[in-house]
Amino acid sequence: MSKSPEQEHPIKAFGWAARDSSGVLSPFQFSRRATGDEDVKFKVLYCGVCHSDLHCVKNEWGISNYPLLPGHEVAGEVTEVGSKVTKFKVGDRVGVGCIVGGCHSCENCNNDLENYCPQSVQTYNSIHFDGTMTYGGYSDIMVAHQRYIVRMPENMPLDAGAPLLCAGITVYSPLKYYGLCNPGMHLGVVGLGGLGHVAVKFGKAFGMKVTVISTSPNKKQEAIERLGADAFLVSVDQEQMQAATGTMDGIIDTVSAEHALAPLIGLVKTHGKIVCVGAPEIPPQLPVFPLLMGRKMVGGSLIGGMKETQEMIDFAAKHGITADIEVIPMDYINTAMDRLVKADVKYRFVIDIANSLTQA
Amino acid sequence: MAKSAEEEHPQKAVGWAARDPSGVLSPFKFSRRDNGDNDVTIKILYCGIGHTDLHNLKNEWGTSLYPMVPGYEIAGVVTEVGRNVTKFRVGDKVGVGCMIGSCRSCDNCAQDLENYCHKGILTYNSAYYDGSITFGGFSDKVVVDHNYVLRFPDNLPLDAAAPLLCAGITVYSPMKYFGFNEPGKHLGVVGLGGLGHMAVKFGKAFGLKVTVISTSASKEKDALERLGADSFLISHDPDQMQAAMGTLDGIIDTVSAVHPLQPLINLLKTNGKLIMVGAPDKPLELPIFPLLMGRKLVAGSGIGGLKETQEMVDFAGKQNITADIEVIPMDYVNTAMERLAKGDVKYRFVIDVANTLTC
Repeated sequence: MSKSPEQEHPIKAFGWAARDSSGVLSPFQFSRRATGDEDVKFKVLYCGVCHSDLHCVKNEWGISNYPLLPGHEVAGEVTEVGSKVTKFKVGDRVGVGCIVGGCHSCENCNNDLENYCPQSVQTYNSIHFDGTMTYGGYSDIMVAHQRYIVRMPENMPLDAGAPLLCAGITVYSPLKYYGLCNPGMHLGVVGLGGLGHVAVKFGKAFGMKVTVISTSPNKKQEAIERLGADAFLVSVDQEQMQAATGTMDGIIDTVSAEHALAPLIGLVKTHGKIVCVGAPEIPPQLPVFPLLMGRKMVGGSLIGGMKETQEMIDFAAKHGITADIEVIPMDYINTAMDRLVKADVKYRFVIDIANSLTQA
Repeated sequence: MAKSAEEEHPQKAVGWAARDPSGVLSPFKFSRRDNGDNDVTIKILYCGIGHTDLHNLKNEWGTSLYPMVPGYEIAGVVTEVGRNVTKFRVGDKVGVGCMIGSCRSCDNCAQDLENYCHKGILTYNSAYYDGSITFGGFSDKVVVDHNYVLRFPDNLPLDAAAPLLCAGITVYSPMKYFGFNEPGKHLGVVGLGGLGHMAVKFGKAFGLKVTVISTSASKEKDALERLGADSFLISHDPDQMQAAMGTLDGIIDTVSAVHPLQPLINLLKTNGKLIMVGAPDKPLELPIFPLLMGRKLVAGSGIGGLKETQEMVDFAGKQNITADIEVIPMDYVNTAMERLAKGDVKYRFVIDVANTLTC
């Protein structure tokens, strides 16, 4: 008979989990493995709330296993390291993002692209190599293989830095891979949420001109005055979109709701690139003619490898970039999820785990 | 009152043109401009027939102007050069492809990417600088600005080399731009027609492993034994497609009929690239999840700039690459168009203009 989540590992742990596709989270007793030779154990201080957490607790992708304990923007302090761990020590400020395991032998793993490993293990809702389910960062402690631990620099606040571990790398990686990171280039950012607002910040740090493309005119002032965007296009305004035809070197599209690609293809210059990091459920229509006429492309990207995640964190620390957050107590999480459905947050909820995750 | 096609220019010319969207071609008298200081006059010996000619003749894209003289895979000899022309001499074996003009001042033109100029002028069905409509290579002569003339190496037969000027460059340009010219990579080619068979030849010349993906099992033997492809996949065979998942670095998709992209995206490895060079007239469904999961991309490409076209022709000369052709007389052209609509040609019709164009 298989063991319960409380019994399957030797170290007691506590968090909040969803029990079914209602997605409602509540206190949950479980356990973490003992710290292995290559493992790092840390006390969780903060955890960001990602839209993926919402998709997963409600089983919107049809792949959820319950009880489901989300959270893949996890930041905290090391409490124990395994005997073969040299890069981290007790007391270090660290983070874990979306992945905690991989095969370490395929072409992707060998190229520091653990995120594209066909056997990658996700931080939650995934089967680990020992056959147990992974549980994420809405919890008091975590144990992860050192390869998946990111150092959080001293000058980076852990609460506002945590969201970079998913939102940050998800936009940083494709901006670099697709070459949308050179001074003087013009970048469009579709959607001003957790991913979008960080894309604006990275875009400005790369020295680019940044235009936010959004359905909400009420985000314009924020975008320009606080986030530093250079321009704002309301995507449903035909005249504005027409006037911006062929002006952008690339667009990063963070929106996962259903939306049309054709207008975005029109916005980029010849040789322009549209990078999708949000995953709409309904495949959009792709008009092929404009791609041929302008040698344009539409590509996808999914988080980033561990080496690049560390590079991104270090870059963010150097440029003073963190997420704009609303810190919440653990027991606010269900309300936060309801607000997240309506995109009612500027721009990431972060759970104050250390101060509010208490056993009942 | 606007001049007729016969009167608008000083040099008499003859060709075959379509008068309406039936696309049926018949003899047509028209005229060419005098050879200007920057021009080259070419006696046309051969002209290839591309699927785009068919689309245009039948006004499938809604942009056709009649009468229309198609043809943009032109090969012939120089009969006159303007006094500013130094690159060509009378008697040279030359060709003209899809473009005969551009703005020459935009970013794209400045980077030898005239094919992406917003003011590009096509060899036919386009408005020239002087406002007249351009007429293409299904004709006895053409007058072209020297910047848009290509030189053929002596060792290439003109009839089989003519299709390089559109089919050749259309696949060569994206193969280079997207890095599918490095030995060892594995390239898929969708569709084995005029474009597809050129992609197989260039792919093998670049040292790639090449897999042809086709709906027609009947093309497999030719693909493997004559064209040199390494393997062949029937696209509607789920077992074959499943077995080939995640094996290709890139795919050149030459098919202009509407077709599903997901099975092709699945064939790509991580970081794989699906390059469309055929233009379906309706949008295709693009599944985004598979692009994210493997950092894959879908891109388009249209012909190539003039400098690159010359580079491609020179490369073909060195490697002895030409198209596989069926030479036809001018008066067979309507039948050829019907066969082309069914993909019934291995793999390009070329009109023997010099010997059969009579008016």
